[in-house]
Amino acid sequence: MNIEFTATDFWVLKPAVMLCLFGCGILLTDFLLEARQKIWNAFTALVGLAFTGYVLGQQATYLRTEGRAELVGLGGAVTIDGFGIFFNWVFLIATALAVIISTRYLEIEQEHHGEYYSLLLFAQTGMFFLATGTELVTLFIGLELMALSFYVMVGFLRGDKRSNEAAIKYLLLGAFSSGMLAYGFSLLYGIANSTRLPEIAAAVAARDPRDPMVFLALATTSVGLFFKIAAAPFHMWAPDAYEGAPTTITAYLSVASKAASFAFLLRIFQGPFESVRPTWEPLVGAVALLTMTIGNLAALSQTNIKRLLAYSSISHAGYILLGLVSGNQTGMKGIAVYILVYAFMNFGAFTMVVAMRNKNIIGDDIDDLSGLIFRRPIYAVSMLVFLLSLAGIPPTAGFLGKYYIFLSLIETRHYYLAVFAVLYVAVAAYYYFRIVKVMFASEAPEEGEITDGMGIKLALAVSAVFTLLIGLYPEPFLQLAQRSLFAALR
Amino acid sequence: MQNYLLSIVLFTPLAGMIALLFFPKENKTLIKVWTNLVMFVGFLVSVPLWFYYDRSSAEFQLVERAEWIPSIGARYIIGIDGISLLLVLLTTVIGFLSVLSSWSAIEDRVKEYYAFFLLLQTGMLGVFMSLDFFLFYVFWEVMLVPMYFIIGVWGGPRKLYAAIKFFLYTLFGSVLMLLGILALYFHYYTQFGTYTFEIAELMRMSIPLSLQKWVFWGFFVGFAIKVPMFPFHTWLPDAHVEAPTAGSVILAGVLLKMGTYGFVRFSLPLLPDASKDSTTIQVIAWLSIIGIVYGALVSLMQKDWKKLVAYSSVSHLGFCTLGIIALNPNGLSGSILQQINHGISTGMLFLIVGIAYERRHTREISEYGGLSNVMPAYSVVFAIAMLSSAGLPLLNGFIGEFTILQGAFEVSKTWAAFAVSGIVLGAAYLLWLYQRTMFGPITNSKNEKLSDLNLREWAYMLPLVVWAFWIGVYPKPYFEILEKPVAKIVKRIQPDYYRARGLRDPLPAPVPVAAARPTP
Repeated sequence: MNIEFTATDFWVLKPAVMLCLFGCGILLTDFLLEARQKIWNAFTALVGLAFTGYVLGQQATYLRTEGRAELVGLGGAVTIDGFGIFFNWVFLIATALAVIISTRYLEIEQEHHGEYYSLLLFAQTGMFFLATGTELVTLFIGLELMALSFYVMVGFLRGDKRSNEAAIKYLLLGAFSSGMLAYGFSLLYGIANSTRLPEIAAAVAARDPRDPMVFLALATTSVGLFFKIAAAPFHMWAPDAYEGAPTTITAYLSVASKAASFAFLLRIFQGPFESVRPTWEPLVGAVALLTMTIGNLAALSQTNIKRLLAYSSISHAGYILLGLVSGNQTGMKGIAVYILVYAFMNFGAFTMVVAMRNKNIIGDDIDDLSGLIFRRPIYAVSMLVFLLSLAGIPPTAGFLGKYYIFLSLIETRHYYLAVFAVLYVAVAAYYYFRIVKVMFASEAPEEGEITDGMGIKLALAVSAVFTLLIGLYPEPFLQLAQRSLFAALR
Repeated sequence: MQNYLLSIVLFTPLAGMIALLFFPKENKTLIKVWTNLVMFVGFLVSVPLWFYYDRSSAEFQLVERAEWIPSIGARYIIGIDGISLLLVLLTTVIGFLSVLSSWSAIEDRVKEYYAFFLLLQTGMLGVFMSLDFFLFYVFWEVMLVPMYFIIGVWGGPRKLYAAIKFFLYTLFGSVLMLLGILALYFHYYTQFGTYTFEIAELMRMSIPLSLQKWVFWGFFVGFAIKVPMFPFHTWLPDAHVEAPTAGSVILAGVLLKMGTYGFVRFSLPLLPDASKDSTTIQVIAWLSIIGIVYGALVSLMQKDWKKLVAYSSVSHLGFCTLGIIALNPNGLSGSILQQINHGISTGMLFLIVGIAYERRHTREISEYGGLSNVMPAYSVVFAIAMLSSAGLPLLNGFIGEFTILQGAFEVSKTWAAFAVSGIVLGAAYLLWLYQRTMFGPITNSKNEKLSDLNLREWAYMLPLVVWAFWIGVYPKPYFEILEKPVAKIVKRIQPDYYRARGLRDPLPAPVPVAAARPTP
């Protein structure tokens, strides 16, 4: 095996290098800043993200102009392909939005520290490896890097009991799921005598599909993965972690971590386990159905908007999983579109909750949004757009994601799943419209002035514009999703 | 200009809405004047459609097409045939008049109200013009949101309940319809290897009967909820009663027709074999008849004026669906004409209720009585509206119901017999309502000082009165417009309908779409 570090290896790693460099840089420069100058850390982070984006753009252009499907580095540990680049764009958007909504929020919480921003960048480094890793150990380290950063960020409000509780819960369940995953990985290694995904895929395909070893590896690996995407019945950590975490982190967690875990899941299911699809397809279908059911039904009775969005994001995971159940080109494209759209709409909805946070108002009750139309009409309309999109009502972007998923289910003859999936749209509309009702039909409270900053305005504007734009003129984004497909499906 | 006429009609309200957003919300008069102006212009630009429309052709006219989402084969294709022409005109007229009727009824959050109304108008027009299923679905859903707000914000005491009920019911139906659309879309792909949502293209498919049936019932749920057919009607009384007057007028006048339009435009021509399946016919016909009788009986015992009118819609729309499922020229053209009639007469009845409500703020029938003494002009207009709804000859309702019964009679005498009872009951509840509210001495002292119709109220009632008489006295232009498109649908379902009965075939040449059925 060639263990020399080549130029290609460096070229492949560049986005991660950028993220690491700037993450460490923030830790260093943080010492030089006065307490009220912490906002510069945010700028540093944004510059780092800009460089990362530039490098990603270079890689994407290279693949396109050279007509290559992928670029493999580090002896097969990391593969830059359309899939990885697409997901990295999503992470980049999520991190950038998280940075710009955080400054004011952290001031209010009086926890404005430089580590926060470097943790965001480190988490994204982990995600980079989750989306591009094609080797078990790389993937596992990527996962742990992301998860560890999140454990700290979820508990970032040290004085807040809820935040601490959430962090411990998340840590314990996260550790458990990582354990399951490691167990599955060790079995895969045992099967293939290699940690590289293509070789494992070949070894699994060579085995009898009914081999208990394969099934055990499949079962344990999927349990670990389902934990990460918060699919039922492994979703219990999500509502608590989402509710307790600083809202900015909830937004980031619900978007970026979920997207990264899905990238990871797709790499595994469409790689090593593709040959045993008949075994896992009904299983994943059942999990998806259960996830949609639990997510939607539990969301109906929530009064805390963060918990409501937590359950809603569980149900969205169910929808995305349905794309994997179909597994055809439409389904995979659907997953890509769905995740991109979900990033904007879900981030927008959480940003609204961040905007409601005030010196003396936590702002995470549905009633805190009362009469928003009188207080901030533009906010209310943006939130309406996010909620319509989450509910999947055209012409917002959310419809497009659901459209692909439904179509793929019909194409692959999963009619029952399709019927359940569409019926849950009506259920989901009910709880999203509870928020709409409060915003538009309730009186504005006496107090509760909204003291937002530029960052929140910008994040809301970006999310709302893209949520509408992808719905009204989706063509360029569909092309993007098309390029994200694995070569076998294109 | 003529090439883009439909787009202009479609987007005038939307453009007006976008401009409206920049108006200061304190200046209520400006907002009202502007919206009325936009809606009036919207009506004016739709008038040329009546003249440009070529009555000798069954094809879609004034068609515009543009690429929209090439990757999934969704295009911006709009066009009209006689059926959509009438519904588009109904929408522009009713839309304008209901905005005019809101002038003094809506004093709260005026800007939002009118903005939603304009958006709603574009959504409704889009539904009637779309010739691309994806586009159709988008418009179909778009119009839900403003209607939700119009009911939920400016409605009566139980407005929020009524609004969400309306929203969820319709959404529930439309997602099932979406599955049907996707099934057809994918079936087209398996047959021709390309993706398209274009209706004309989808009609070239040959679809196995089993798939047709599944899709038909998927569509059925979506459309039947919208109509609403018994037993899917339970959202209607709530929504109609709680909505502000203009909202009720639009709901009854236009929104309900989307369901019947869906049957005529999509279910019948796309799924001809499932449509003429005897189970389908029996189920839909009997649900329609139950709706006719049940709606009328429930109307008879209402104490609330508006609820009475609301339930009468269930009964009248039962006639429309019965006419559709008769699947013959009389039934279909009668049904479409009756949809227009229902828009006119029920629109008038809701406006009448609204006028009384604005003065007295109650809808209890027992609160009124003897109004003809103080409001003579009002009582005359009400009489015309009531008689037109009851189907008195020389007024519009008679023509529609008569033609539908003719069509139904042709298929089954039993249907016609039951449906006729609906007309009798209809006359009963309407006349009784009129008697209780208008005749006799004034029993309630609060009614003694009520003012008669003012100029603005005349302005929005009079066009509808004229229109009701026009259709009632001289319906020929309407039947001329409907003849060819209806014949096309009939021949699509029963290719030798005219020949077998020795009738003059309005479309002598073989219908191209039916002839060009490819073998898979």
